[in-house]
Amino acid sequence: MSNQMNRVRLAMSTPRDGACGKTGNWRTFRPVVDKETCNACGICAMYCPDGVIDEEYNIDLIYCKGCGICANECPKQAIIMNREASDE
Amino acid sequence: MSSIPTTEYLKKCTSACPGCSSSLILRYVLKAAGPNTVLVVPACCTSILQGAYPNTSFGVPVYNVAFGSSAAVASGIAAACEFLGKDTNIIVYAGDGGTVDIGIQALSGALERETNFLYICYDNEAYGNTGMQRSGSTPLGAKTTTTPTGKTHLKKDLDRIISAHNIPYMATSCASYPKDIYAKVTKALSIKGPKFMHILAPCPPGWRYSSEKTIELGKLAVKTGVWAMYEREYGKLKLSSPTIAAIRKRTPIEDYINAQERYKNLEPAVLTRIQQSVEYNLLLLERESREEENNEAEERT
Repeated sequence: MSNQMNRVRLAMSTPRDGACGKTGNWRTFRPVVDKETCNACGICAMYCPDGVIDEEYNIDLIYCKGCGICANECPKQAIIMNREASDE
Repeated sequence: MSSIPTTEYLKKCTSACPGCSSSLILRYVLKAAGPNTVLVVPACCTSILQGAYPNTSFGVPVYNVAFGSSAAVASGIAAACEFLGKDTNIIVYAGDGGTVDIGIQALSGALERETNFLYICYDNEAYGNTGMQRSGSTPLGAKTTTTPTGKTHLKKDLDRIISAHNIPYMATSCASYPKDIYAKVTKALSIKGPKFMHILAPCPPGWRYSSEKTIELGKLAVKTGVWAMYEREYGKLKLSSPTIAAIRKRTPIEDYINAQERYKNLEPAVLTRIQQSVEYNLLLLERESREEENNEAEERT
C-alpha cells in the first residue's frame, strides 16, 4: 500500500503497435506484389517509410498507408497499385 | 543491405503522412544507433509522429522539449550520462525550423561546449507541422503559405555556419540514400564530441508532389546539385559519391523544379538566380576538395 503511494507517477508513454491507430484505412491505393516478377532485390523494403514490408515481401495491409513509393521504385515493376474498392 | 540490421525501433505505425521521408530517415538513424539511445525531439513533425498518450510508436526513450531548447537539453542529458558513467547515444532529431531559426543559439552553444551528442536536422525546407510556413531554410522561389508568390531570399547556409564551429564530425545526406544515412550515423556515433548531420527530407504535402515521388525527388535534388552530400572530419572535406558524380555531370535543374508544385509559375530571372547559387556552391566545394587533395599529395612527397 505505502509502496504504491510513494510511486511517482510520470506522464510516460509505452511503445505499442498501433499507437497511431490502424493507419491502413488511410489508403486509397493498395499495393499488390506479383511474386513471379519479383526478384527479391529488397529495394521496396529499404525505401518503405514505415517499414511495413517484411523479408518475404509481404505487405502489412493493416498499417500500409498506400503512399506508392514501393511501386514507384521497384526496378521490375512487380508491385502495382490498385484502387482500394476494386476486387483484385 | 546485409550489413543493415533488420530490427525496427519504430513500431507500426507512426502517424506520418503517406510518403513521409522523416520516418524513413528516423528508421535508419535508429537502426544505426541501436536500443541504447535517447532521442531529444523539439516541436516538429516528429513530436506528433509518436502518437497519442499513453501509447507511443517509438521504441526508444524520447524527450519532447520546447522549441529552442533541444541542444541545451541534450547538453544536460550528456552531463548526467557522463556523471553516471553511462555510454548512451544522445541524439537530437529536429526539423529545419527548430535548427535554422529557433534552435540555432542553443545548438551553437552546445557545439562550443563540446557536448558529446549527435544533432540531426531533417530539412523539409519549411515549418511542416504547423502548415508549411516559410523558414530560414526555405529555398529561393518556393511558395509556402506565408510566401504565396515565392520566397524572395536565398536559403540560409547552415552547413557552413556549423563547419565554422570546427566540430569533430559533420555530414550532409539525403533521405533517398538510406545506406549513406546509416553509414554516416554509425560513423558519427563512433566519435566522441559534438556531431552534426543535415539531411534533406522531401515532403509530399509541403513541396506539393504526389506521395510516391519522395525517393525520386531526393535523388533529383542531389543529381541536379541543389543538395550536396559530403562529410567533414575536423574540417577536412570529403565529398560523397553522388555529389562527385553531380559535379562532373548534372541533370538540368528544371527537372527538379518542374516536379514540384511549390515552384509553379517560377519567373525565369528567379530560376537563373537559383541556378547561379547552385553552381557557386558546387564550385566552392569542388575547389576545396581539390585543394585538400593537392595538400595530401604534397604531404606524401
